[in-house]
Amino acid sequence: MKKVKSLDDLKRMKEGLQANIALREKSEHPEAMTQIKVAMATCGIASGAKEVMDFFITNLAKRNIDAIVTQTGCMGYCYAEPTVEVRLPGQDPVVYGDVDVKKADEIIEKHIKEGELVDGIIPVNYETIDKKYSGGI
Amino acid sequence: MKDISLHILDVAQNSIAAGATRVEISVREKPWLDELEIAIEDNGNGMTDEALSRVEDPFYTTRTTRKVGLGIPLLKHSAEQAGGSFAIRSVPGKGTSLVAVFGRSHIDRPPVGDIAGVISSLAGMNPGMDFIYRHAAAAQGSTGEYVFDTREVKAVLGDIPLSEPAVILYLKELIEANTECAE
Repeated sequence: MKKVKSLDDLKRMKEGLQANIALREKSEHPEAMTQIKVAMATCGIASGAKEVMDFFITNLAKRNIDAIVTQTGCMGYCYAEPTVEVRLPGQDPVVYGDVDVKKADEIIEKHIKEGELVDGIIPVNYETIDKKYSGGI
Repeated sequence: MKDISLHILDVAQNSIAAGATRVEISVREKPWLDELEIAIEDNGNGMTDEALSRVEDPFYTTRTTRKVGLGIPLLKHSAEQAGGSFAIRSVPGKGTSLVAVFGRSHIDRPPVGDIAGVISSLAGMNPGMDFIYRHAAAAQGSTGEYVFDTREVKAVLGDIPLSEPAVILYLKELIEANTECAE
């Protein structure tokens, strides 16, 4: 039998969590955090996006990496699901296709930790004119 | 979809896209009817009758990134394949609700799957929304219903966001411990 859990345990966890968050806010601004977006539309979920997302949530916490994991919709890359967008602070986002748990591990270890790109990037093939020229040529 | 929990995760994305602030999800095992019932209700934008009449059509979607919308058709197919039924209702401006019934002992009924993981990640990924999850299990002698409500969690957490990974993992364990499926 598993121990029956209640929200009381959460109350006890609260202090530790608050300390963690305070520490993080001192060291960094949220916009300076790495963002990971997992595509979670029907195509993504059917291809295993949930496992990948679970892996990121669990392992980023375990490896003490400050990053925000969020969900997005379908970008039209249904053939390459699960897709994951990684945006390091101050850099353009990079989209990886066919991400499984193994690839996710590589993304954490190489891309997020070392800033080194990993195989499996879906190239950006289209930019709107606005986006292209807004920053000046 | 490998299991029912993934269908729930998928369909809940529609509620999120519809701007819902509250999504109620329930899983009810009814062994006396040999049924497993999944119900999802949101307070999002809802759909017009025109959209509602086409929602079960796999070639209908409001997305512009692709031309197919398989979420609802897949759930309907999965329920009907397992000897069950599917119904969806919607009122524009009020919200949408759906009920999918699976034959509980039907050989084609998918397993319930990692429902705790689905509910906790929905809650964590959408901290601005409320998720209420009800689970009526068929365990021996149990007639009770477990209710998980993110509003209660938020009351305990105060200013700590639900998106905190440690919180998501905790909530998953919490739901898991309280909803052991008799399957």
